[in-house]
Formats: sequence, structure tokens, C-alpha cells
Amino acid sequence: MLPKELSYTREHEWLKVSDENMVIIGITDYAQEELGDITFVELPEVGQVISGGDSPVTLESVKAVSSVYSPAAGEIIEVNSRLDDEPELINESPYTDGWIFKIRITGAMITPLLSPGEYQEFIDSLD
Amino acid sequence: MELIFEKSSEDKRGIKLPHSDVPQAAALEKQYLRTGTTGLPNISEPEVVRHYTCLSRTNFCIDTNFYPLGSCTMKYNPRFTEKIACIDSFASIHPLQPQLVKGGILTQGALQVIYDLERQLSEITGMHSFTTQPMAGAHGELTGVMLIAAWHKSRGDKREYIIIPDSGHGTNPASAAIAGYKVKTIKSDKNGVMDMEEYRKALDGKTAGIMLTCPNTLGIFNPHIKEITELAHSSGALMYYDGANLNAILGKARPGDLGFDIVHLNLHKTFSTPHGGGGPGAGPVGVTKELAEFLPTSRIIMRDDGTYALEYQKPSSIGYISPFYGNFGILLRAYAYILYMGRDGLIEASENAVLNANYLKSRLRERFNIPFPDGTLHEFVISAKNFADGGVRALDFAKALIDRGIHPPTVYFPLNVREAIMVEPTETESKETLDNFIEEMIKLADLAESSPKIFHNFPATTPVCRPDEVAAVKNPDLRYRVGSQSQL
Repeated sequence: MLPKELSYTREHEWLKVSDENMVIIGITDYAQEELGDITFVELPEVGQVISGGDSPVTLESVKAVSSVYSPAAGEIIEVNSRLDDEPELINESPYTDGWIFKIRITGAMITPLLSPGEYQEFIDSLD
Repeated sequence: MELIFEKSSEDKRGIKLPHSDVPQAAALEKQYLRTGTTGLPNISEPEVVRHYTCLSRTNFCIDTNFYPLGSCTMKYNPRFTEKIACIDSFASIHPLQPQLVKGGILTQGALQVIYDLERQLSEITGMHSFTTQPMAGAHGELTGVMLIAAWHKSRGDKREYIIIPDSGHGTNPASAAIAGYKVKTIKSDKNGVMDMEEYRKALDGKTAGIMLTCPNTLGIFNPHIKEITELAHSSGALMYYDGANLNAILGKARPGDLGFDIVHLNLHKTFSTPHGGGGPGAGPVGVTKELAEFLPTSRIIMRDDGTYALEYQKPSSIGYISPFYGNFGILLRAYAYILYMGRDGLIEASENAVLNANYLKSRLRERFNIPFPDGTLHEFVISAKNFADGGVRALDFAKALIDRGIHPPTVYFPLNVREAIMVEPTETESKETLDNFIEEMIKLADLAESSPKIFHNFPATTPVCRPDEVAAVKNPDLRYRVGSQSQL
């Protein structure tokens, strides 16, 4: 069920890589299921410059507060401001309407990118 | 459940004002007079008494129920410590009294309590000096990280990171961030302790300190502890001991001997003072000799003639981190508890806490998944993931336990265990209480397999069943408005 056009990380994030080093980032269905109902999303400022491994986004769910990490250094180009009022979009459609932020990357990926098959294997190994 | 406002009606009165025997003052000018009613409830005295008595009966607390809340060390609060804290000559002191001219002579006993407590805690943890000022565990953490910052600053050393393992106490990252540091989280290895390879990679000249909870939230004592502290010191970082789980190792290992530079304790955990909503906490912080000059002011000193005084002239101090000397009533209870227990008593308490937890673990292992079963001390973590596929999650077990007269264990922490249920029974529970918990847990496991759907109706015995947690966060309704209906 994992969208084939996306890449994945061990931090349970998905990446949609397009031209000019533009990457859209969200969390996977597995991640939203584990977090439970998301109640609040703290988004970064557009234009913010971050390093790889920084966590520009904080997610609050009924269970826990967790971070969304940036897989590479870059500049925040856009954020999904619908999440301010509708954080549940991440639960409802994590791969589409629940996207979180868009970044123009300027450095190398600091975490290995997994194919849908590899990510599926990874989450299977967690059980 | 009705609010007291909803029990109000116009024809009832709870008080009868006496006839006024003083001259009536002139009425205030009109603009200062209230035009509407006060909104205070009209209700008779017996109804007031019944209302609050019933409210108090819905309280779920250590004095009414078993409370195995992991990492919180919900010990019984001995009544003799309450009695001592109520002694008038302690309870009636004003905190400014020691600072008045000749006030010191009237407060020698109180100053000695704090001074002696600092010495006791230093001995128990192997540290050089303590401050009793911090009012809670996380406040102690913040104080500790501020001490780390002060130490590096005094050496002209700019450092950026605090390293925290993912099995550490939950408040550590927040304390480090409030003190101005970035946090590097280190994952656990397959044995449930900080991954040494990742630790070595993360540690560098920018690391200000490492915050470690030992034993960690899985209840596991880190076997690499000496290597961890040596590596930290060789890169110029300081070691911070989160005392959340000290109850596991009292008299067995001292953080100071393990190479820690800063320690915070929770008197409301390890030393049996009231806890959580039940009263103010206390999070004293201990340090090595090298760090003592940075401790908060004021410091309590013993003069050459054996009397006690407050010292304020500490140019390197990080200053006040709370008013006066901390929560004195709590310090007094902990002091009495330590003296009452003595060295052997504290060691025995710690041993029994570990024994109780291991008894529960060994009995529950037959029915529940326990992902890190080896070497756990005073607490352990169950994973409810086997039941989650059938629709019963950790939260559902927690809610069901409430109906069975047991306070839920900590759930969804630590984060490295899926559907975590963290259990800490403490030493003050009898075998019968522990056996009852085991029985109820096994019954719930059976029920989770036979009728998972029923769990969504639990708890059924509380005034509120399941609050809508999403709505509570998104649209918090925190205020009662006169005339509105309560939602309960």
C-alpha cells in the first residue's frame, strides 16, 4: 500500500523528490497510526534555513510529542498551513493532503533513502 | 456530576450573617457598585459538605489505590513525616525570618535541617555539595543544565549539544532546550541501553553534557556506565544523572562514584514525600567539588562555632532559581524519612522495590510481551502490541485498570517500545496487592482476546468515561460560565 513514487526513511518519513532539489516531506501511514490522533502541528517559518537532522516540525498527538526531521540541509520553501486548523489531515491522508513541508535541499542526504519495498521490510522487522 | 453552581437555588442560604454592630460606612460611589449578582452559589452548609466529600471520594490516589505508575515512584507517604512537618515551630516559620537581624538565632533548627539534609543527600549520592532550592524534578534538571552551562562559560568554552538517550526520562530534552542547548537523541541498542557506537559518533568538542537516567526508563542499569562517563570527560563534557530512578540503587551504587558530575533527586519519589497533584515536590541538585561554586544562592553554611547561617556572597553562582530555600515542608519530610529509615532501611527499601518489580515481571511474562526482560531493576515495560491488532491498545488496558481499582501504569513511554505499559510497584506494596494486579492484568489479557470491543466502554465506573482528547486539545473549554451547563 506504500505509494511507489515516494522515498522513505527509517524515521518513518516520506520524501517526494522533484527537480531542482525540491523535496516534499510528510510522515508515513505507519507513523501516523503509531502516534494516534494528531492534535497540533508546529510548522517552521518559510525561508528558515536548517541543517540536516534538524527537526523543523513538532507533532503533538494524544500519545506523545514527536519531531519530524529534515533529511538534509536546506531552506524551507513552503509549509502546509492547512495543518494549523486541520492537523487530522496527517491521520486521514498522510501521503497527500497531510504533507508537511517543502524544502530546497543544499546538502547531501544524511539518512539513507529507502524504496517502498525496503521501507516495508523495515517496518515488518519492527514487529 | 453536578458542579456546586448547578446545585444553587435562590431560596437556599449556607450562612447567616450576624447583626452588624459597627456603624455603617457611606455607600461607595455608584460607578463602583456591582449591578448584577456575584454568581456565587446559594447552597446550604450540609450540601456544601456533601458536595466536597463526594468530590474527594472520586480522587484516585496512593492513599486509596495501588499506583504502579512507571518512573514516578509512587511510594506511600508515611504519616509520621506529616506529623513532623506540622510541628508548629517548623510550620510557622516565615521564610524571611533567617534573614532578619538576629533572625538567624531563632531559625537554627530549620537551617540545620536543610544543612544536614544536604549532607545526607551528598553521602547517598557520592556528591560534594547540594542545593535544596529546586521545587521539582524538571526544575532540578533545568538547574543542572544551567550549572553545565555556567561551568563551560567559566572556561571560555562554547558548547552546543546535550546528548540524551531515547530511554532517558521524558523531561530531559525540554530542560536542555530551555537552558539553550540543542539535543542529540541516541537510540537504544538491542539490550535496551544507549547504543555505544552512536554515542561515540555523537560525542565531540561541541558536546556540553550527557543526561542519563540510570537505571533507564526500561528499568535497566547501563553496563557501560564507566566507559560512558570516561568518554564524556575525555571530550570535556559533563555527566548529568537524572535521579528519577534512584530508588533502584540506593546504597548499591552512587552516581558520584560512577563518574557523574551533577545529580538531581526527586524527594517526592525516592524519599517518600507527597507527589504530583498531592503536594509540592522537591528536586535537590548535587554536584562535584569543581562545580560547587556555581550552585544557586543562598548557601547554608556552618560557622566555626557550630551555628548555621545563610551565605549570599557567591560571585560564580547561577543565582536564585526559586524563592528562598525550596519547599521547606517537603525537605523536612525527606529529612525525617532518611533518619527514620537509616542506612540499612534505605538499602532494604531499594532491594524490596527491585524484588517487587521482578516478581510482577516474572508472573506477567507468561501472558504479556516484555521486550527488554533482562536485568531490569525497579520497573519494567510491557508491550501491548500483540493485542493492538485485535483492537486493544495500551491505552485501553490503562482505562480498564481504573475500573478494577488500580491506577494505570505509565503508557506510551518510553518511546522505543511500541504500545508501552511501564510498571513500577515500589517497595511499599504487599504481596497480596501485587498478586491482585497480576490477576487483573491476566483477566484483561483474556478479555482482550475474547471481547476486544468491550474495552472501548472502559472506564465505566468514573464520572467521565473517555474524554475526547483531540477536541480537548483543539478547543479547550477551561472555564465555567454562570448559567451554562457543565459537560460532565
